[in-house]
Amino acid sequence: MNPIIEVKNLYKAFGNRAKEGVRLHQQGKSKDEIMREAGIPVGVADVSFEVQQGEILVIMGLSGSGKSTLVRCINRLIEPTAGEVRIDGTDILALGRHDLLQLRQKKFGMVFQNFALLPHRTVLHNVEFGLEIQKTDPVKMEQKAMEAINLVGLEGWEQSYPDQLSGGMQQRVGLARALAVDPDILLMDEAFSALDPLIRRDMQDELINLQERVQKTILFITHDLDEALKIGDRIILLKDGALVQEGTAEDILTNPATRYVQKFVEDVDLTKVLTARSVMKKPRAVAQYQDGPRVALRKMDEESISSLFALDKAHKLKGVVMAADAVDAAKRGEKILDHIINTDIIKVKLDTPVAEFFSDLATLQYPVAVVDDNDKLVGVIIRGSLLAGLAERGTVDNDNNS
Amino acid sequence: MITIPKFPLDKGVEAVIDFLSDNFAFITKAVAKVVESGLESIVDGLMWLHPAVFILIAALIAWRIAKWRMALFTALGFAFIWNLQLWEPMLETLALVAVATSIAVAIGVPLGIFSAMYQGIYRTVFPILDFMQTMPAFVYLIPAIPFFGLGTVSAIFSTVIFAMPPAIRLTCLGIKQVPAPLIEASDSFGANRFQKLVKVQLPIATPTMMAGVNQTIMLSLSMVVIAAMIGAGGLGSEVWTGIQRLKPGMAFEGGLGVVILAIVLDRLTQKLGAKDKS
Repeated sequence: MNPIIEVKNLYKAFGNRAKEGVRLHQQGKSKDEIMREAGIPVGVADVSFEVQQGEILVIMGLSGSGKSTLVRCINRLIEPTAGEVRIDGTDILALGRHDLLQLRQKKFGMVFQNFALLPHRTVLHNVEFGLEIQKTDPVKMEQKAMEAINLVGLEGWEQSYPDQLSGGMQQRVGLARALAVDPDILLMDEAFSALDPLIRRDMQDELINLQERVQKTILFITHDLDEALKIGDRIILLKDGALVQEGTAEDILTNPATRYVQKFVEDVDLTKVLTARSVMKKPRAVAQYQDGPRVALRKMDEESISSLFALDKAHKLKGVVMAADAVDAAKRGEKILDHIINTDIIKVKLDTPVAEFFSDLATLQYPVAVVDDNDKLVGVIIRGSLLAGLAERGTVDNDNNS
Repeated sequence: MITIPKFPLDKGVEAVIDFLSDNFAFITKAVAKVVESGLESIVDGLMWLHPAVFILIAALIAWRIAKWRMALFTALGFAFIWNLQLWEPMLETLALVAVATSIAVAIGVPLGIFSAMYQGIYRTVFPILDFMQTMPAFVYLIPAIPFFGLGTVSAIFSTVIFAMPPAIRLTCLGIKQVPAPLIEASDSFGANRFQKLVKVQLPIATPTMMAGVNQTIMLSLSMVVIAAMIGAGGLGSEVWTGIQRLKPGMAFEGGLGVVILAIVLDRLTQKLGAKDKS
């Protein structure tokens, strides 16, 4: 499949001598050198990447790394100095003014850091803005706008003005405005950065949910690695306008390409990034449905463990048996485990982040069970092995530090 | 000693004015006739209303736009002018201010918009505005006469020149002050220049533009006494006559009429501008 966005050797330098800045960079001078020697600021330097249909690509970097400039080159809010930008195969830098406006109307929806809502318009009329620009028929316009408003969960607020809404709700309006025109590509420029942390997390979850329903191609800009790791299918890291690493969250965490990336990674809370899959162990023994207390006790004894997960007839996870209970049951002469299986246990899925069960693990007498979608036991997480897993990934090689 | 002869700027200006008035005065005179008869019919129309009805309508408008206190002030103020037997001069002044303001806004707002959009126009227009505002207004009076004749239209001409700059300046300022993210947002949705202007820039600039209109009205009012010197009539001529005949009481009455009219127009246009904000 062809990528929906293709960026090749993109440059943006500022001022009258921008082209010269590009030439100097191509001759191998760094951005700082070009600024110092020629006085030409270079915003984006030789960036290439592709985005596939339906993918969320996060562009990450500190402020001044050129990420906002880069995203604006993609819909030509900022005119690139050199390079190529293709949307669906069309070279957009060759488009005339009229075609460019058409492209922006049809292909792009943009969400801004400070919401950029029109203060004199109601929520409904703000959401209708993009449709108005396309001269949509009024009845259809309101219908589409209402769909977008429902999609972001703002029904009932249509007649409010932006200044009557909280920050989170204002950004929902911003998101609805972008979605209302049904664009192929969503450009989100630090969309959640102005929100406070709790609301921000909600909005991230909401965006992920929304994406499952609308399946847009999303270019998401952020300076926050936690956000990047949570939202992005793939992440691009920018520094000084240049691309320093491209890859999935795991790639970037486990294999930081440069000191710059490593610096970012050091601050990440690993429990949020690592999932049950990456820290679980294979269950060493389980109690089958026909096993009695004595068999269960022997299995525990062999593996020197004090609890055992029990399966039902269909090999689905039923619960846990504690060694002490099994001893009592054996004394009572019971032949089956049914009475002593504790079914009220913590089950997690393969992609559950460690953070969600990390605190439970501290108080549990038995491991956390990891199950697949059919409720089959695929792994267990023991406190010790989890801590080891975190420690292992948390340490990056210190050999390069000198 | 070498004496540098005086540069004949005065002669030059007069030659230009003579040339223009000889060749184009028939056009401006025709315009003057139209404006004058228009103005007269406005005054006649307003005179046709009984002062009490006019006062009631004015108070109602004030009540709708501002609070009841403003309505009360409007009613009492106009009633007092009526009582001072300045009703007709007041209407003449009101008509003059209305026409001058309309012309100033009709020219000023588009010019302001263009200056905000095109740097070249901005650089040309703004020095001219400085000139228009600082050149003493009397200077415009005399050359206006050969073009528009003695009377109201010449007065309106010089009033427009004197009162137009704030309309241009504040329109331009209002549009330039529209936050950049909003401009970017409208660009990102593919808005063309006209859509951006009508849907984003003008609505957001409205309060600032209204402040400009308010200033234009106030400057127009401040010109009424000066305009009376070339026969504009109205409250200004009460003041002017009072000065000429050394009748301070008469001048004071006329002046007070201007003050009352100014307060009413000022508060109402200010409220109108603030209302658009919410």
